[in-house]
Formats: sequence, C-alpha cells, structure tokens
Amino acid sequence: MSALKRLVCVQCPLGCKISVELSDTNRILSIVGNRCPRGEEYARDELENPKRVLTTSVRVLNGEYPLVSVKTNKPVPKNLVPELMKTIRNLKVEAPIECGSVLVEDVLGTGADLVATRTVRRAKG
Amino acid sequence: MKVDVVVIGGGAAGMAAALKASEQGARVVLVERDERVGGILNQCIHNGFGLHYFREELTGPEYAERFKKALEEKDIEVLTNTFVKALDVREKKLVVVSEDGIRILETKALVYAAGARERTFGSLMIPGDRPSGIFTAGVAQRFMNVENRLPGKRALILGSGDIGLIMARRLTLEGVEVVGVVERLPYPGGLLRNVIQCLEDFGIPLFLSSTVVEVRGRERLEEVVVAKVDENFQPIPGTEKVFEVDTLILSVGLIPQIELLEDSVEVNPTSKGIATSNLGQTSEGWIFAAGNCTVIYDLVDYVTYEGEMAGKYAALYAKGERFGPKVAVKAGENVMVVQPNWYDPSEELTLYVRTRKVIEKGRLVVGSFEKTFEELVPSEMMRVKIPRRYLNGLSEIVVEVKEE
Repeated sequence: MSALKRLVCVQCPLGCKISVELSDTNRILSIVGNRCPRGEEYARDELENPKRVLTTSVRVLNGEYPLVSVKTNKPVPKNLVPELMKTIRNLKVEAPIECGSVLVEDVLGTGADLVATRTVRRAKG
Repeated sequence: MKVDVVVIGGGAAGMAAALKASEQGARVVLVERDERVGGILNQCIHNGFGLHYFREELTGPEYAERFKKALEEKDIEVLTNTFVKALDVREKKLVVVSEDGIRILETKALVYAAGARERTFGSLMIPGDRPSGIFTAGVAQRFMNVENRLPGKRALILGSGDIGLIMARRLTLEGVEVVGVVERLPYPGGLLRNVIQCLEDFGIPLFLSSTVVEVRGRERLEEVVVAKVDENFQPIPGTEKVFEVDTLILSVGLIPQIELLEDSVEVNPTSKGIATSNLGQTSEGWIFAAGNCTVIYDLVDYVTYEGEMAGKYAALYAKGERFGPKVAVKAGENVMVVQPNWYDPSEELTLYVRTRKVIEKGRLVVGSFEKTFEELVPSEMMRVKIPRRYLNGLSEIVVEVKEE
C-alpha cells in the first residue's frame, strides 16, 4: 500500500503542485509535479524537516533609516523561526550597511548567514 | 528644463523605463514623490521577486537596489521628493513641485508609471464607529518595515490577497497576535504558497465566505464583528462572531492611479487603468504608461518588462519615430481583465489575462492561437506571448477562455 501526499511548493511564485508517493513505512517512492530541482528538495524537506527562508529586519544605529531588511541566505528549519526572531530582535547594527553584507554568520548554528537586503547609509550630521 | 523623456514614478516600472530610454540615447528625467526610488519594493522585505527577470529569488529591497545602482551609473536625473502638479497635454509640459519650488519640464515623450493605490476603509462602507487602529496593509507594511513602528497588539486582517497574507506573517513574526484572515470569496485571494507559508505555518485561521460587518471602539478599535456571507456577498444574520482586536488590517484590493491622465487618455475598461498598446503607448501618442497604473500585475518582473518596453518606445518617439496602426484587443468570454488594449505589430503581443471565475480546465483563444491551461483562478494572472502569425489580418483581437 502506498499513500499520496499533495504539496504546493513555496520556493517561488509558480507554486508547483507536487504529489509525493509514500510507502506504508513513510518512505518516499516518487515525487512528481515539480518543474525544477528545488521543488524536489522542497518536497523532501517538507516531509522530513520543513524549512523556510526567513525575512525580517534589524535595528540600525546612526543610519538614514531605523531598520535594515535582512534574510537568511538559505532556508532554515521552520521550528527554529521563533528562536531566530528572538535573537534578531536583540540585534543592533551600526550604519553604514551594504546590501549583501553578512550581519550574523551561521545564525543559531543553522548553517545560514543573516544577510542585509538593502543598503543603509549613515545618517547625515 | 527641456528633455527627451520624463518618467513619472520611480517604482519598478519607472526605473525600468528610465533605464531603457537612457540606453536608447534619450535625455531622461525621473520624477519621484518619495524620498527615494524603489516604490513599493522598498517595503516588501519578503522574498519571491526576480525569478523571471533575474532568474534568482530576491527580496523587494534587493530587486529595487539593482535598478537603483543602474540608475546611478547612467546619466539620468532623478528628482526625489518631487510631485507632478499638472500636465499640459498639448504643450507637452509638466509642472513639478519640490522643496526647491516649482519647475516646468518640457519634454518630447512621457512615461507615466505612477503605480496603484490601496482601496481604503472609507470605500468599504462598513457600519460602526471610526476609531484609530484601522490600516491598509501597505501602510501597516511601511510602518513595520521602513519606519520601525508596530501598528498594534492584536490584529484581524480583512482580505486574503497576497499583501494581506504576507502581513499576517509579518505581524506574527514581530509578536502581534493575528486572530485570523477574513475573505468574502469561498477561496483565498492570494497565491496558495502564501496561504501555506504565511498562514498555515503559524496556525492563523482563514475565514472564507466571511466579511467584516461592524467595527466598534471609542478612541481605539476594540471589536470587529465578522459574519458569513451568501453567494451574493450579503451577510447572513445570526452568523456574527465578535473579535476583540485593537487593529484591523485591510487588504481589499489595489486601484490603478490614473488621476493625472484620466481626462487626457483612454482608460482600459477591464482594468480601470491607463489603456496602452503592447508598446506601452497610450491613446495620446507622446504619452506612454506602464506598471500598476495600467493593470494590477501579479509579479514585479512583469512590471519591469512592460516598463522597459514603454521606456524604449518613449525614447524612439522622442527621436521622431512613429508606430502603428494598432489593432484593438478586447476581453471576450470568461475574461475579466486583459492588458494591453491595442496590439502594435512593431513588437510581439504579450497578453496579461485574468479570468472572471475559477476554471478547472480552460482553452485560451486569441485569433487562431489556442493554449490549454489548468486550474485558472482570477487571482493568478496569465502571461502569454502570441506569435505574430496567429494575428495576421485581424481587425480586432478578442481574448477568450473556453471552458473544457
């Protein structure tokens, strides 16, 4: 006996509808419906250890704006997101910040870096 | 000041248009009313942008930053904190206002890329009090992601479009309790991926076939009353449910911003935006338009493509080139929105289509072109290129979706 699990891939706005065939021991027998390799990876992760890219923002000191937007540069385990938000909430970074610069390496041991997604210059005066 | 091309609006469409016009050798001025270019991308800090255009996944600010950098490298004058007060269509002059005072810009061509506005609370005619604590999703997003302010502590969201779903997640991540998302349709308005990663991931309930029937609160919002609706969206008495919240976020649709031009050019009857050809040209030859002021797009990548098109042809127009004749494009069976309004054979026709209803299997028919699609929903826009050979000799192009 095998069971069919249906997923919608969240990796990109295409939202492929993926069907995963599982054996009675919950082993993956087949994955169909994904239009790219990321879909297959998503389906495997979603059944074993769901992951998401986390996007949020970090407080900036002496910047032209009070916040810099950030992302994890790869998907992180979904169940670590609350913990990550706690860490990020207590973070403060000094302007200037270049878009793409790493603010925290290997954040909470996830293997993902926390990366700035916009440039924030230093406040004038 | 005399220039070749003026671009109004520094969002995704305007930045792309300015860059392309400049590549064609035009002298370009970009007018932006905010303190910086980037438009709505600046506050959309989530990812999912750029998969078509850059073939990689970016956040909104990253997507904007690539164009900002390119603008800086080009000889394009960017006027920020500047507002277009008036447009003289016959004289091709614009009156712009900034802290420096009033200026007149004389131009040969114009690209209008003013984007969209959010439908407001006032337009919904919801009975009850008028307390503080009611925000459109875009305003709440700007507060949170740009200005570092939280809109409240406990929130309900009306409207399950993508912006509403994304705000549900954003608010939750920042510690606001989101008690639910209310949608009057029997299915979610946004992409399924956003229902999963913004609601299901956080256990936020989605109330379908429901709407807000009353808001209560003296100074600040205190209660929101939600009821089920029938198939005509009329509230069903006896189904009311009261939510104690201090914040109501509205994600109830975007409206193309057309005020500056609406008396001067034709409007697309299906999108209520500025009508354009596939070159971005409006009914007034020297005026071009692109982006959400023409039709509300699903993806910023599409906005960039159309901005580039408008910018390129505005620059060619400024050089003295003329285009046409144009063939009218019309919405037929099951088509709610179609963009563009006219087909100009100078370029291939790229159609953007929204269906009127959910269609499990449908056949898009355009001239002699046919293509089958599955699971069509009004909230997901189709983008289809129609090769020239299918359109030869047509005096009018009707876009239809036949149910199979």
